[in-house]
Amino acid sequence: MQKPEPIITIEHVSHSFGEKTVLDDINLVVRKGEFVTILGPSGCGKTTLLRLIAGFQKASEGKFTIAGTDVTETPPHHRPVNTVFQKYALFPHLNVYQNIAFGLNLKKLPSADIKKKVMQVLKMVTMTDYEERDVGSLSGGQQQRVAIARAIVNEPQVLLLDEPLAALDLKMRKDMQMEIRAMHKKLGITFVYVTHDQEEALTLSDTIVVMSEGKIQQIGTPTEIYNEPANAFVADFIGESNILNGVMIKDSLVEFADHQFECVDKGFGLNESVDVVLRPEDIYIFELSEAAQFTGTVTSCIFKGVHYEMMVITPEGYEFLIQDYHNFEVGRTVSLLVKPNDIHVMKKERLINTFEGVVIDKNQVRFLGHTFKLDEKISVPNGSKVKVAVDFNKIILQDNEEDGMIRGDVRFILYKGDHYHLTVVTKDQEHIFVDTNDVWDDGDRIGITIPPESIQLINQ
Amino acid sequence: MRRNWSIPYLLFLTFFVLIPLGLIVYYAFTSHDGTFTLTNFRKFWMHPEAMNTFIFSIGIALITTVLCLILGYPAAYILSRMESRKAQILVLLFILPMWVNFLIRTLATVALFDFLSLPLGKGSLIFGMVYNFLPFMIYPIYNILQKTDSNLIEAAQDLGANPRQVFLKTILPLSAPGISSGIMMVFMPVISTFAIAELLTINNIKLFGTTLQENIYNGMWNYGAALSLVMLLLIGLTSLLNSEGTTNDSAEGGLI
Repeated sequence: MQKPEPIITIEHVSHSFGEKTVLDDINLVVRKGEFVTILGPSGCGKTTLLRLIAGFQKASEGKFTIAGTDVTETPPHHRPVNTVFQKYALFPHLNVYQNIAFGLNLKKLPSADIKKKVMQVLKMVTMTDYEERDVGSLSGGQQQRVAIARAIVNEPQVLLLDEPLAALDLKMRKDMQMEIRAMHKKLGITFVYVTHDQEEALTLSDTIVVMSEGKIQQIGTPTEIYNEPANAFVADFIGESNILNGVMIKDSLVEFADHQFECVDKGFGLNESVDVVLRPEDIYIFELSEAAQFTGTVTSCIFKGVHYEMMVITPEGYEFLIQDYHNFEVGRTVSLLVKPNDIHVMKKERLINTFEGVVIDKNQVRFLGHTFKLDEKISVPNGSKVKVAVDFNKIILQDNEEDGMIRGDVRFILYKGDHYHLTVVTKDQEHIFVDTNDVWDDGDRIGITIPPESIQLINQ
Repeated sequence: MRRNWSIPYLLFLTFFVLIPLGLIVYYAFTSHDGTFTLTNFRKFWMHPEAMNTFIFSIGIALITTVLCLILGYPAAYILSRMESRKAQILVLLFILPMWVNFLIRTLATVALFDFLSLPLGKGSLIFGMVYNFLPFMIYPIYNILQKTDSNLIEAAQDLGANPRQVFLKTILPLSAPGISSGIMMVFMPVISTFAIAELLTINNIKLFGTTLQENIYNGMWNYGAALSLVMLLLIGLTSLLNSEGTTNDSAEGGLI
């Protein structure tokens, strides 16, 4: 089946607000008629990207093409796109009919045509008989529908939706999701949808673009994103997962949690360090028996309606999140089993911290904006550039940021079953990765200390 | 218990608002010796001098209001587009003169005209009025423009409006409450003010307020009271017309 032609092409787009980089080399192709969702946590750049497509801001770098025309310099009122805003942005001085007809009035269409189109679109969003109403008198869901009507009545080539359901309650959101999906099928136009709700993305989209910190992490169908996450961030963001450090002993054999398991992944090197992802619903939990691959003790069991959610800790100290229809009470020893197909192995993005540094004298190097003492002797002359490596578990974190050699914020916490893998960001936007058993919170301001014995020089 | 808290206010209202109002009404409808009569109003109606002054005052008020709008709206618009820190300083500079006693300001204007050897008369009168009341027009409009959701402007652009259309179809209608406020804050005081006219025209041009003041000053309380009621009526009518115009009763309506 031939792929539909591209309707939006985003090439090498980067954008900064002053010093802060919000988008970093974004490349994306949206195909005609697709429902694409840009998914990511707050601050990842997804709304900025949408606004750049709409034209409300001009990108610092890069090129936008819509329907074959370069629109990088085109102002928003000349682009063949329409936007549904998160806070609806309905004109308070106009009633429902006038709001919807706004775009059509600007095009100077005959009023009979306008009336026909407005009525048609009101019917589509099930808001007939609301034409005379003041927009202030409508509920959130009704306002959202008018906002959608106002956008689609102009028959744009692309409809941009900026977290349109974020302000609605759960039931209303679920209903509107279905309506939006139906609308997309009926209208046949391209939808570009922005959300931080991964369930919403999985429900609505043909394609999901996962973003974090201004970069695209993965592009794929909902099934691909869920079953084959490309990296630890995607695995953690989408659905619940257990992510652990592992070693690919050889093809189809992986070791993690101190046990070896048959798996289906191939193509990794011998004894390569990898990240292993197990979805909680994929771990079989049952009575102690011979069939167990490994065992554990239940530490908590919560009823979630559809299933029970249990935390199980193995004798070796690894914790797993498990979802099952059966419940096992706290304290019980249970059998655990994982099918080879359900073990998802990912290449590790990094094995060690590496930083660019400058030699200060024979036992000091400057990197991350601080001069560090080393145990290793430096043989290259002062002022030369070197690469420095620091193991994840050799960095010390302190509660009080003044106690550390450098200061940073905890940006991302990944639980690896028996320890936490933190992403810490300094004020110069440098990333430091730390393994620790201490529990930290997202956004904590901490002090970082790297003792001399932890710093290694690469390629002296 | 709560009701008792309003007693001081009720007392104030009675002594300083209701009773004086009652007195004005009493004097307006009675003649010098205390008998009920409508002569005071007839005098106003028949007397060309008072009537002309009245109409002239309305004319001056209208011109001043229009000039304040023409100068004030663009100023408010430019202020609202600036980054907030710069704008705040400029707004402060606009408002500062209002803190100086307005008689002093008016006298200073007289001195200025004198210094520049410009004649005092209708021109200086209008200049003095506009100068005095311009900030009252700028501030409510600025306030509303500032609070206008930028999403609404983006929505208009998104739907195909070019910058001119965005202004005429979105920004202008949304700033209507501010314009309303501004007009009220300028038109009404201009009608009743007399000091500016006296000083800037060396008493050559009489405004309605002057007439009123003169009558009261000279002991013609009955006639003066009648004139007061006429003015009150005019102000009341203006208020009513204004509140008809604003359908949206949102709290953000400028200074009133």
